[in-house]
Amino acid sequence: MNAVLEKIRDFDQAARQWTHLDALESEAIHILREIGAECNNPALLFSGGKDSAVVLHLALKAFFPERLRFTLLHIDTEHNYPEVLDFRDRITRKYDLNLVVRSVGDSIRQGRVRLRHENEPRNKYQTTTLLDAISEHEFDVCIGGARRDEEKARAKERIFSFRDEFGQWDPKNQRPEIWNIYNTRVAPGENIRAFPISNWTELDVWEYIQREAIELPEIYFSHERDVVIRGGALVPVTPLTPPHPDDEIKRLSVRFRTVGDITCTAPVESKALSVDEIILETAQTQITERGATRLDDQTSEAAMELRKKEGYF
Amino acid sequence: MAINNPQQVSGLLRFITAGSVDDGKSTLIGRLLFDSKNLQVDQLSAVEASSKKRGMQQIDLSLITDGLLAEREQGITIDVAYRYFATPARKFIVGDSPGHVQYTRNMVTAASSADLAIVLIDAENGVKSQTRRHLYLAHWVGVPHVVFAVNKMDKVGFSQEIYRMIEEECSQLARSVGFSNIHVIPVSALEGDNITVKGDRLHWYSGPTLLEYLEKAPAAQDTEVQPMRFSVQRVTRLNRENIRTNSGFEDIDTRGYQGLVISGQLNVGDEVVIQPGGYRSQVKKLLNASGKFVEAVFAQESITVFLEQDLDISRGAMFSDVSLVGQVSKDFDAELCWFDEDPLDTNRTYLIKQTSNVAKVRLQSINQLVDVETLQKSLHPSGMKMNDIGHVSLKSQIQLSFDSFETNPGTGAFILIDEVSNRTVAAGTIR
Repeated sequence: MNAVLEKIRDFDQAARQWTHLDALESEAIHILREIGAECNNPALLFSGGKDSAVVLHLALKAFFPERLRFTLLHIDTEHNYPEVLDFRDRITRKYDLNLVVRSVGDSIRQGRVRLRHENEPRNKYQTTTLLDAISEHEFDVCIGGARRDEEKARAKERIFSFRDEFGQWDPKNQRPEIWNIYNTRVAPGENIRAFPISNWTELDVWEYIQREAIELPEIYFSHERDVVIRGGALVPVTPLTPPHPDDEIKRLSVRFRTVGDITCTAPVESKALSVDEIILETAQTQITERGATRLDDQTSEAAMELRKKEGYF
Repeated sequence: MAINNPQQVSGLLRFITAGSVDDGKSTLIGRLLFDSKNLQVDQLSAVEASSKKRGMQQIDLSLITDGLLAEREQGITIDVAYRYFATPARKFIVGDSPGHVQYTRNMVTAASSADLAIVLIDAENGVKSQTRRHLYLAHWVGVPHVVFAVNKMDKVGFSQEIYRMIEEECSQLARSVGFSNIHVIPVSALEGDNITVKGDRLHWYSGPTLLEYLEKAPAAQDTEVQPMRFSVQRVTRLNRENIRTNSGFEDIDTRGYQGLVISGQLNVGDEVVIQPGGYRSQVKKLLNASGKFVEAVFAQESITVFLEQDLDISRGAMFSDVSLVGQVSKDFDAELCWFDEDPLDTNRTYLIKQTSNVAKVRLQSINQLVDVETLQKSLHPSGMKMNDIGHVSLKSQIQLSFDSFETNPGTGAFILIDEVSNRTVAAGTIR
């Protein structure tokens, strides 16, 4: 008994290098292992964006050296930058993963989704495609890279967020989530959305990408791009987002802070070529990630809450 | 050596605001974010716009944390909103928890991961019944430290006399609930007094501002200095088929145990007891989160353990120090907080989840209920309904390994799940 107590007393707190990133990483791995142990058929939502790249990295660590058995699920808007798809496919091959792609375009062609106009942003229509993919593959849990610091509806969501048989989130009646004991139980047809990096901030994500040398699509780093300035945001000039006749096209050094549907994701002006430089910019920024770059969240105070209630990520 | 050194500040503090409805919890967080310059331009302009829409002259700082449509309509907080901010001294995760009694379970959710609770008191009205409830629950769920923010000091003319009365009442109350580390700070969240700067209207107060206090407050308990507990989340059986290509991992045809070091320290060569079952083995190898073999791992780390002996160990098993093992039993007593709209039904079985164990459990008896407002105990109650706290005796279908919650929260805590609805109906602390 005394020997053990001696050993315990000898513990030197200062000698242990335990940073906030270590704490966040361990919390995420604990969550991912709970999913691995308790869920039948997990899908990891992988868009090729930085947050899903971080979640994938954490999942690979959680089960190392085992091959990751979660299915990667990409809900494809077909409004992608080619660099992001290349990255998605490269990473899938590198880690020998099973990738399922379900496209909003197919949902449109099947008549499951009806657009109001042809080049409308497809973010909100991903919900239908996602719910169809969940029922097709009988996924009981979908793991996402959403963070609570992103948006005020996300700030309210549990780490294990229950969705009913219609994929709906009921924000007024969430399951209590006490300590680190997670309730992963669902009935057939229902679904859990699990968010292992709920407690990370944008800066934490970048610091972790730096520490772990996590690969990302090139468009996260500064590059030259033709843009027009509309409503204070930079709108890239692409076949899907052609300039208006009276728009002035500018060639600027930009990078993306988030990666999503081309038609509603705007880059920011930046000369940051490395993760170090991005961290410096992130620490000094005056505007939130979604505020700067997501045109579809600015339509109303509760755009995200309404989308989530319908079954969105 | 630095053991339990209160001067030592960890880089991250998780705290909540608690207290009764309208005592200003959301406003306080809004004020903290605003005054510490942690609000971004677009967040601020969104709050300005919605304040204007509601016909307000000044910006309503409480709108920063109330996120849901229903909350904005009713002007109340239903569920906890998490906010993240930083000062040069520290990073903070804040849970803004609801004050209404019907949303108590959401307050408990927020408190369960907090290092500290800020309990707000309205200087005009003093301690209310919901204040007592939150204080009791914060202590019950394991929040180690409490600070009272005596708010709305502007409404009482910054009166030192009123503050002293409330200070005395709060301190007494916190002690009676079981807190030992208690601070009281006068503030006005609405007008910004003593949040980040003291201002001259509280000239008689000589302590730290709220933010100064938060920057130096101790974080969670030092779980490293408790006896070692490791809970197996998952067994990995490595073979040629499931090992990752190019993983560089050569030890195939072995079994590893993946899980969390709940407390203490584990070293290569240590002898451990594996409960239930009581097997003994030595630690052969330790794989840390970065996929590196290391000599020692510590509390809070997610790791993989390889043992010398080939034993039948599955998810839910607990590894302990040989000389300081925990309890193993099917029968135990607990203090239970009931969350669900459907009352506890002693004729049914529920599922218990404790560390990585999930098992059927039956409530043998409800021994007493605690009135969390008066701290009075009533013996032989007829049942438990939503928001009740009671001492109960439980019987589990399988042997569980645990410590009392007081000595080790990581192994002494559990939740109950309704087998039919799958809802989380209660949380408990083993006594």
